[in-house]
Amino acid sequence: MDIFVQQLVNGLLLGSIYALVALGYTMVYGILGLINFAHGDIVMVGALVALSVVYAFAGSALPVAVVLIIATMAATVVCVALGLIIERGAYRPLRRAPRLAPLITAIGVSILLQYSAALVWGKQYIAMPEIVKPARYELAGATITSTQAFIFMLACAIMAALLWFVKASRMGRAMRATEQNPDVAGLMGVDTTRVIAFTFGLGASIGAIAGVMVVLYYGQGHYFMGFMLGLKAFTAAVLGGIGNIPGAMLGGLLLGIIESLASGYIGDFTGGVFGSNYRDVFAFLVLVGVLMLRPSGLMGVRSGDRA
Amino acid sequence: MIGFGSVRWIKIAILCAILAVLPFVVDATLGRAWVRIIDVALLFVMLALGLNIVVGFAGLLDLGYIAFFAVGAYAYALLASPQFGIHGSFLLLLPLGALVAAVFGVVLGAPTLKLRGDYLAIVTLGFGEIIRIFLNNLNRPVNITNGPQGITLIDPLQFAGISLSKTYTLGPLTFAPVHNYYFVFLLCAAAAIFLSLRLENSRIGRAWIAIREDELAASAMGINTRNVKLLAFAMGATFGGIAGGLFASFQGFISPESFTLLDSIMVLCMVVLGGMGNVGGVVLGALLLTALPEALRYIGPLQQQWLGRVFIDPSDLRMLLFGLALALMMLFRPAGLWPSRIRQRELVPEIPIAGR
Repeated sequence: MDIFVQQLVNGLLLGSIYALVALGYTMVYGILGLINFAHGDIVMVGALVALSVVYAFAGSALPVAVVLIIATMAATVVCVALGLIIERGAYRPLRRAPRLAPLITAIGVSILLQYSAALVWGKQYIAMPEIVKPARYELAGATITSTQAFIFMLACAIMAALLWFVKASRMGRAMRATEQNPDVAGLMGVDTTRVIAFTFGLGASIGAIAGVMVVLYYGQGHYFMGFMLGLKAFTAAVLGGIGNIPGAMLGGLLLGIIESLASGYIGDFTGGVFGSNYRDVFAFLVLVGVLMLRPSGLMGVRSGDRA
Repeated sequence: MIGFGSVRWIKIAILCAILAVLPFVVDATLGRAWVRIIDVALLFVMLALGLNIVVGFAGLLDLGYIAFFAVGAYAYALLASPQFGIHGSFLLLLPLGALVAAVFGVVLGAPTLKLRGDYLAIVTLGFGEIIRIFLNNLNRPVNITNGPQGITLIDPLQFAGISLSKTYTLGPLTFAPVHNYYFVFLLCAAAAIFLSLRLENSRIGRAWIAIREDELAASAMGINTRNVKLLAFAMGATFGGIAGGLFASFQGFISPESFTLLDSIMVLCMVVLGGMGNVGGVVLGALLLTALPEALRYIGPLQQQWLGRVFIDPSDLRMLLFGLALALMMLFRPAGLWPSRIRQRELVPEIPIAGR
């Protein structure tokens, strides 16, 4: 039972990070109908930038919280800039092109980011210096550190803020209008080009924060870490209903829990035949399952959008 | 389309003659390593043509194509090596590998084909990685794939007492293993080219192209889009499966490391760079991109010489170039270096691009 609670807590934590990354996919998909393959790699860049900043300040007398805030801000600035450059340079010229073209461009940009990162940071795993010394709490039989609690609460706060922003702010309304119909939104005076650029920037900034969280959670970063993270976050977005912002949050949390429980119990269920080294397989199974059974996702609207 | 003019046959005869002496000329001038590179290039021609069926003809983006190559390679390797002590004949194993790959193709494509093509891209992307996780981990509790160590001592292609991994002499010519494989691969690549060309103009090929251009219109014309798309997927996977079997026999050793995402991207790059949907362009792309790493090999020592140390690893540089090529090709020359005429019409938008 203790193990169950522990896995549940781990899953929720991991899920909240997936949810943040999934938001980047779902917002862009909602507006442009494009799978932004590069999003996972933007998160990776954010994580590595944050790591570099932490290393730069590791010896200084600054308090840990200040270092982390500086690291997050640096990551956010770099990621937003990257997101905007990618949108402007790679996707905007292809907005009216056939569907295959932006998809191939996106995968190209993703590869480009990965290997540029390998060039800058090298190909080895970069460990987080131990500047954070979290306190441990017992919670219904599960152990949770103060860092983990902080990650989870921050993720929830960001999601709540985003929901409010999209629902209540002027820009949020423009985003929703563009999502429903870009042409008509344009006729109503919405500067759709700006809205799309803003969406990319917003997704990238949330991605940057998620990147810092991944670094805090796993204690390391790597130039290829964006790939699996991106794949899982996309799965989370599909699970919740792609294009649907609350859906991405729900999907992320669910996927985290599913993955955590499945990889925690697979050894027991299969008598040790399969172990937790198959953990990355579950997200994929969830993806295929959702696409077969309910392609519109848990909270998505069934649409006639096929070809 | 097909004329029976004698000029055409003379051209074909000359081409055959050149291709027949090519390995010996290369062997004598550039060395045996280059014959091996040509062998690999021919394998990639087959792979790229297979992916071209899916991406080029049917317009479905497959980002895990190397998985079918892996399936074919492992199917051959498991049944023709000391791993299980089975030594099957390639006449049986190559079609088997192709069949298994085709089944994987259908199983993978089926859940996504009712949906937009984007989902196929992400499912295949995931599958490409998942298959590697399985290959890496299926060495326990029952050792099937031998895990990360891979499978060694795979049987070479052999038939009626002739083994391609032995050296034979015929008059003044020495047939080293690389030469033997060259001719087999050349034959297979030629068959793949012929099949692709014939498929393109067949009823099925036209159905694929119709789906690529406008799925709704195609289905209104009475094309069963689901089955035809599945067929494209199965057919593409078949090419990959056969190429995989040949690869396993050629190398004699395979491990999961040969089938990474980067290899999928490389094959995709070949198709995109050469010209999606154009068989000639795809062949050109495959040949160019197999030769590229060999050319880049000189970059390392050059950096050492000029800059004092190696700043960028040639294999990383290759991937950077691939990523850049994919993005830039789509932006500036979406129909490829050697575009197919129909494809060019489709990929170059007629509507002036908004938002500049």
